[in-house]
Amino acid sequence: MTLLSVRGVSKRFGGLQAVNDLSFDVATGSIKALIGPNGAGKTTLFDLISGFLPPDSGEIVFGGAEIHAMSSCEVAVRGMVRTFQHIRLFPKMTVLENIMVGRHVHSRAGFLAGMLNLPFTWGEERRIREKSFEIMELLGIAAHARTEAVRLAYGQQRVVEVGRALACEPKLLLLDEPAAGLNMRETNEMGRLISRIRDMGVTVLLVEHDMSLVMKISDEVVVLSYGQKIAEDRPLAIQKNREVIRVYLGDDQ
Amino acid sequence: MARRYLPVAAFAGLIVAIQLATFFTGTAFHLTQLTMTAYYSLVIVGLCMLIGYAGQISLGHAGFFAIGGYVTAFLTTFNLKLHPGVFVSLLSKSGMLVARPDAYGGSLLTVHPWLACAAAILLTVVIAYLVGGPVLKLKGHYLAMATLGFGIIVYRMVLGTGFLGAADGISDVPGFPLPAGLAITGNSSARVSNYYLAWGLVILGMALLLNLVHSRVGRALAAVHGAEDAAGAMGIPTARYKLNTFVLSAVFASLAGVLLTHYNGGIGPSEAGVMKSVRYVAIVAIGGMANLWGALSMSLVLNYLSLRGYFGTYDDAVFGVILLLIMLFAPDGLLRRHLLSDLKRAVSRNPAEEEAS
Amino acid sequence: MAGITYGTIYAIVAIGFNIIYNATGIINFAQGEFVMLGGMTAVTLNQFIPLPLAILAAVVITTIVGAFIEIVFIRWLHKPSVLRMVIITIGISILIRETALHIWGESVKALPYFTGSSGSSINLGGVYISSQILWVVGIGALVVAALGAFFNLTMLGRQMRACAANRDAARLCGIDAGNMVTLSFMVSAAIGALGGCIICPITYVQYDSGTPLAIKGFTVAILGGLGNSTAAVGAGMILGILESFSIMVLPTAYKEAISIAILLAILFVKPSGIFGSAEAARLKEF
Repeated sequence: MTLLSVRGVSKRFGGLQAVNDLSFDVATGSIKALIGPNGAGKTTLFDLISGFLPPDSGEIVFGGAEIHAMSSCEVAVRGMVRTFQHIRLFPKMTVLENIMVGRHVHSRAGFLAGMLNLPFTWGEERRIREKSFEIMELLGIAAHARTEAVRLAYGQQRVVEVGRALACEPKLLLLDEPAAGLNMRETNEMGRLISRIRDMGVTVLLVEHDMSLVMKISDEVVVLSYGQKIAEDRPLAIQKNREVIRVYLGDDQ
Repeated sequence: MARRYLPVAAFAGLIVAIQLATFFTGTAFHLTQLTMTAYYSLVIVGLCMLIGYAGQISLGHAGFFAIGGYVTAFLTTFNLKLHPGVFVSLLSKSGMLVARPDAYGGSLLTVHPWLACAAAILLTVVIAYLVGGPVLKLKGHYLAMATLGFGIIVYRMVLGTGFLGAADGISDVPGFPLPAGLAITGNSSARVSNYYLAWGLVILGMALLLNLVHSRVGRALAAVHGAEDAAGAMGIPTARYKLNTFVLSAVFASLAGVLLTHYNGGIGPSEAGVMKSVRYVAIVAIGGMANLWGALSMSLVLNYLSLRGYFGTYDDAVFGVILLLIMLFAPDGLLRRHLLSDLKRAVSRNPAEEEAS
Repeated sequence: MAGITYGTIYAIVAIGFNIIYNATGIINFAQGEFVMLGGMTAVTLNQFIPLPLAILAAVVITTIVGAFIEIVFIRWLHKPSVLRMVIITIGISILIRETALHIWGESVKALPYFTGSSGSSINLGGVYISSQILWVVGIGALVVAALGAFFNLTMLGRQMRACAANRDAARLCGIDAGNMVTLSFMVSAAIGALGGCIICPITYVQYDSGTPLAIKGFTVAILGGLGNSTAAVGAGMILGILESFSIMVLPTAYKEAISIAILLAILFVKPSGIFGSAEAARLKEF
């Protein structure tokens, strides 16, 4: 079954065609990776899918609904949550509080309820806290719950960002270069974590430069070059694809 | 939870202690300025929520204060007897009007203060939503200029409008009746009760805002302030949250304007002036921006000193210099530095206690 | 005619905003105070020395104040946030205004007409206009032309433009970017003061007359597209004329409210200005 469907999407910045008539599907319960050389349009594509940028043309269908005209907030409410290539944790907030923000879409206390400290909010806050601890246990960061999130080591900040996204209980998790800046050991752990997230029933779409990670965990790979799709296949087939090899290694090879 | 309300109780104790001190030293006249300080503090804690927690500056909050004050002043002094009609008699029959003697022995028929207050707050909410919608889409210089511009428009309107008293403002505003024979009025016989009414309202306002800061909404606002796009990606409607906070702080300012106008018995255009708005921002800044207690304590000290005339003709200059020095040398606010660590300890203990219980 | 007179002044203030904005990326909320300071100083000096000398001295003094402000308050800040700069320049404007209040009091002052008197007028092809209006428009045009020549023809002007375009690159070419910022404050203060002197006989000057001018100058700067001084001249005329029409329809007391309402409308609808492109505005830092 298809969870996300990108159909003929294009985006142009001035004279640069960042994404050009791109189409692909993401099947429910799979891990799909987007790869391509620098400047291939991967992050732009992520911004288009997650509602940060509107596409010039084409449509994006998520869970049966057209989402290409929605804001990032509306997209998140529908169950698609992203992380960022450059980590964007909330400063001056603890790890716990960062994760708790992730529970926003699953709670409802508004301005009035918050100001009056209405009784129903007490139970809600407790459940938010419990669920957040559950997620921190799962990711092995519960020991840092009270630490200011931006003070953690870089690799752990990445894990917190994934945790914050998981707290939204998304149907689809978009990971923008989850292994960027991580060392070998941390990258392997991140790979295992992503597989585990998939096994929990969350569909994953990721942009990644680390080829060994992509080949190890993805079910399918899409290769972009200059905003266009040049290949879409299983990892093993991608590794043998002549066009992909040419794009990555240059024409001389 | 006790940790949240303990300072509130301590502050209430301080208010009682100040009153007792003036009672025993025979300096009860100080209570007048302290009562006025309370109403200005209401504006400041509301603005602190907007600037410190939602991260949006407003250089036009004196405008909202003036809207509240002028609406109630106009409605409670405008003699409807001179404008009879179906609408007036309908209002009169439904008990929304009050008759009272005027200063010259004649009689006045005006809107009841409660209805006037409701009208003032309603108008403020409408204006805040209309202005806030487009204004909060702006950032940086543009946001500062736009809110400053809003404040100046209100100032120019009240200054140039005849029925709002132009440069003289509106005087002879009646007291604001409350249950149990109490009233918000500047009569010296009601000085003590008014002092407690005003500070009681501030304490109530503080409790509401502290609750908000520690709620789901407060967490979302902190997230919006810290990393707006990431907050949006977590499903927080960032624009709506900023707008709601703007309206909330406008209502605090407007309510303060309504009640202080009834307390003072009038309002003048200087209440809408740019320097008032700048002063509110200065006090929030010196209080540590995202620090409700800092803003409240600085407001208590500085407004009181200013109202007692300690700054003389240098009144505006004092606030200008404060603003300048804070922004040059401690842009995170004066009370921020050591309070931050306290706050962190408080936050980190709080959940542990709740788990244990 | 009144529209063009005021329009010229608004354009001069707007150009002052633009010069500092281009050099530093900040809006100097104290820009209007330079205008007030120029007018006030000239009035005081005119009691002792002839008018042309008084104006010259007022411009020089205000220029020194501009340099002083930059060196004391701005220069040593390391990458300040926009909000911080806004509040600092507002603080500076309060400081200048309050100092003026304590030096000159609340009284309204004016310079004499440069030629003739307030009653006399010149016949210009059948239309009688006040001679001072010609002075305002003439000197205004001269300022714009001189600034154009300065930025395009002189080495110093080109260095300032290089800094505006790319500070780091300019520094690599051996330009002292810090001094260029000081210079931008000086130029901006100088033309502000000159504007204050030429308008003073018509509008008078008071310690708090800077703020409204700053707001209108900012409106014009935005209208023309922030940083674009040529467009600011056109935008200044538009605002000046709109304003003089507005007093035909609405009470004079609302004049200022009208121009601010225009500012808000532009900010809401097209913050890049009527002459600017949205793409270019997005590239700038705010």
